[in-house]
Amino acid sequence: MKIENIRRDFPILQKTFNTYPLTYLDNAATTQKPQIVIDALSQYYESMNANIHRGVYALSEQATKAYEEARHTVQRFINAPTARECIFLRSTTEAINLVATSFGELFINAGDEILISAMEHHSNIVPWQMLCQRKGAFLKVIPINTAGELDIEALEQHFSAKTKLLAICHAANAIGTLNPIQTIIQKAHAHQIPVLIDAAQSAARCPIDVQALDCDFLTLSSHKIYGPTGVGVLYGKAKWLEIMPPYQGGGDMILSVSFDKTTYNDIPFKFEAGTPAIASTIAFGSALNYVNAIGLDWIAAHEKQLLEAATEALSSLPFIRLIGTAKNKIGILSFVMEGVHPHDVGSIADQYGIALRTGHHCAMPLMDFYQVPATVRASFGLYNQAEDIDRLIKALHAIHKLFGK
Amino acid sequence: MNITDLYQELIIDHSSRPRNQGEIASPTGKADGYNPLCGDKVTVFLKIENDIITELRFIGTGCALSIASASLMTEALTGKSVATATALSADFKRILTTDDPTHLPLGKLEALIGARHFPARVKCVTLGWHTLEAAITRQTTPVTTELNTELG
Repeated sequence: MKIENIRRDFPILQKTFNTYPLTYLDNAATTQKPQIVIDALSQYYESMNANIHRGVYALSEQATKAYEEARHTVQRFINAPTARECIFLRSTTEAINLVATSFGELFINAGDEILISAMEHHSNIVPWQMLCQRKGAFLKVIPINTAGELDIEALEQHFSAKTKLLAICHAANAIGTLNPIQTIIQKAHAHQIPVLIDAAQSAARCPIDVQALDCDFLTLSSHKIYGPTGVGVLYGKAKWLEIMPPYQGGGDMILSVSFDKTTYNDIPFKFEAGTPAIASTIAFGSALNYVNAIGLDWIAAHEKQLLEAATEALSSLPFIRLIGTAKNKIGILSFVMEGVHPHDVGSIADQYGIALRTGHHCAMPLMDFYQVPATVRASFGLYNQAEDIDRLIKALHAIHKLFGK
Repeated sequence: MNITDLYQELIIDHSSRPRNQGEIASPTGKADGYNPLCGDKVTVFLKIENDIITELRFIGTGCALSIASASLMTEALTGKSVATATALSADFKRILTTDDPTHLPLGKLEALIGARHFPARVKCVTLGWHTLEAAITRQTTPVTTELNTELG
């Protein structure tokens, strides 16, 4: 696989910013889109646009078929037992909120406990806090060590008869830690605790097999896997989804409605009220096909190489401190520059065409843990190359010098 | 304009050695400001005697632009009347956020005006000023840059 060929698939990488080529290092926030995904969007609107699941005319049937084909592509991508266990939503955030609302409504009572980890994104903290507030339940947090690794021994100490769900990320968005989810799920299941895996950060680089993992729920977002924004997936075991109450009411999620009583549709439609992001969902299918064609194994190896090279290069700079140094990581590097605020680093790097993330990365509790207000984050995607790291290091030297350090 | 042009010696100097940093023991006014997007925090303290700002200090954490702006603000407005300070603050914010370039002479503050070309950084520069206005009017709820600039 030649990186130049891959880069040619992404129109935005051909553009220059401020006379510099784009060095896009914010893949943990969102990935760029290949031409094939952009084409899928316009092709849908040019030749297939119709609402789905209702029309009796050919166009609607075509659109429905393409939309459901995307669902099957997702099913194969995560090896779900059935496509009906894959629900299309707006985002990972919405997927977690659905579980917190709907599973929470049914199974969480006053005094119960929900477990998360100290490295979660706000989207895997706040929905649970809201649920706990509603129900009088308690949110418990599994600690991490200074490298940013989950304390596996503490994990088991946090299990109790009151624990009703464990929600944890596969990979941490702010610091890149890759959690041993297979082990975590086994340990939780040994105590009959269902597990939700937030795979938003991992799905574009780690092969996921929900049957082998045996997770109860898994969430991911299209736009972090080279697909359009506005599409997320909730995988849930049918045994849960079938008994969970609907999340939102509306069209498509019903079998029959009268003013006295409504009968809900089967899964997945029970959880898909309203007209979804049809074009984006179909284009998400194209994105998954694109990723499959390149191969997750190739992507994982490629990003590992970049991570190792970048870790070495950043570690050699005396004015840079890495935040999050777990043994197992995905291609995310969080760091701070001595005496220079992350916001200034990011702003000045932008002048060199380098897109970095700065701030708390929607993980304020984690920033508190490391006692930093914010970090600079560089995160890799399948199209990044060694030159991107060189440009980053060069820019960091220039910024350090500008501040007269 | 390049963003590095913003980071002139004056800005770097005021961000690494902020002037008038610290609290005032019994201030006439005090307010907290917060930029939830980047976590910048600033508290402004002032003493007003006979309608003159006799003392103006701040504490805070944030990027070079927010700290330098607060520092330069305390230098520019100490000794000014409340009316002059309020007018200057309004001018300063208007230049940064609109296309209207008319304004009072700004002196050293001119160094910060370049931020108008970088919308993502305008809030950093105006945080201290929003907080100053809240301290003058003795607003008790913390100021956030989100409500102030985006929703008007």
